[in-house]
Amino acid sequence: MSKFRKKTKVKQDIPTSSMPDVVFMLLFFFMVTTELRKTAVDVMQRIPQATQLRKLQRKSLVTNLYIGEPKKSDQFGTEPKIQAEDVFIEPNDIILWVNREKDKLPENEREQLTVAMKVDSEAKRGIIADVETQLRKANARKILYSTLQKSDKR
Amino acid sequence: MAKSTPEIPNASMADIAFLLLTFFLVTTTMPNDKGLSMQLPPPPEAQPPEDVKIPERNMFKIQVNSSDALLVEGEPMNDVSGLKDMIKKFILNNGVDPKSSDSPEKAIVSLKTDRGTTHKRFVEILDIAQAAYYDIYADQAGVTNEEFRKIASDLNNPENQRLYNKGREGIPMAISIAEPTKAGN
Repeated sequence: MSKFRKKTKVKQDIPTSSMPDVVFMLLFFFMVTTELRKTAVDVMQRIPQATQLRKLQRKSLVTNLYIGEPKKSDQFGTEPKIQAEDVFIEPNDIILWVNREKDKLPENEREQLTVAMKVDSEAKRGIIADVETQLRKANARKILYSTLQKSDKR
Repeated sequence: MAKSTPEIPNASMADIAFLLLTFFLVTTTMPNDKGLSMQLPPPPEAQPPEDVKIPERNMFKIQVNSSDALLVEGEPMNDVSGLKDMIKKFILNNGVDPKSSDSPEKAIVSLKTDRGTTHKRFVEILDIAQAAYYDIYADQAGVTNEEFRKIASDLNNPENQRLYNKGREGIPMAISIAEPTKAGN
């Protein structure tokens, strides 16, 4: 029986000496993958879902355009608005904005600028079509409708 | 001789690390640069407004009205689950059915919306149309749909480039998005 009695003396403590290491590892992971929000988005962003997603290769070539109902509807109304960086813009300003974005890129990459359109599900096609017409005029023809991955039923 | 201990107390290190970890956990936003990629047509004034007649049989018409109802080839449709196969069949018809497309090269999927159509519905239909094309490309390249989209996202690799060209050979992705009509806004 003495064989079994020994077992009761087993230490119950979890070794904690490696905890800082584990935590630091997690910390570095989050520090590396994190991307601090540059702009505060002031329009609703209920992003629609889709299945056929494509990933963008180079993040430096991507610029975001947010479209949706303003969050502060008492101040800006309920009509969907276009937000670029920190300000609301009108469709007519888009050419100017695109040219400014293109200027930020090196000369040989300007034509590859991709506009990621983060559009709210409830926004209407009308305003989006206006934006697209302007983007065509501004010769920024690569666009991406931001969507989330729909969980597949297949 | 008093023994000085030149050690930094490290009992609180875990706490500090936890604090930083919590900070990054809260402030982090995972970059989400995924979506449906599209190429817009050239500017309206760049091309002369010449009336190109596209035979009826080469157009697969999808229309969506301002209450998000669907009209496919002139027929109302409530359930979109069969739409993908309809589009695939239309593209790969190769002149067999006289009402369907002549060849994959000439086939055009036309998506016409209204100004009042919601973006959600538009994305849903565009997704189906793109799914049909990616399925066909993936079949031609001998990979799965998912793999093909991954390949298409990374064309710097010559092997990927080869598979991509193989998949797309003879079948341009012709999804035309028409100027929306003006019923509802």
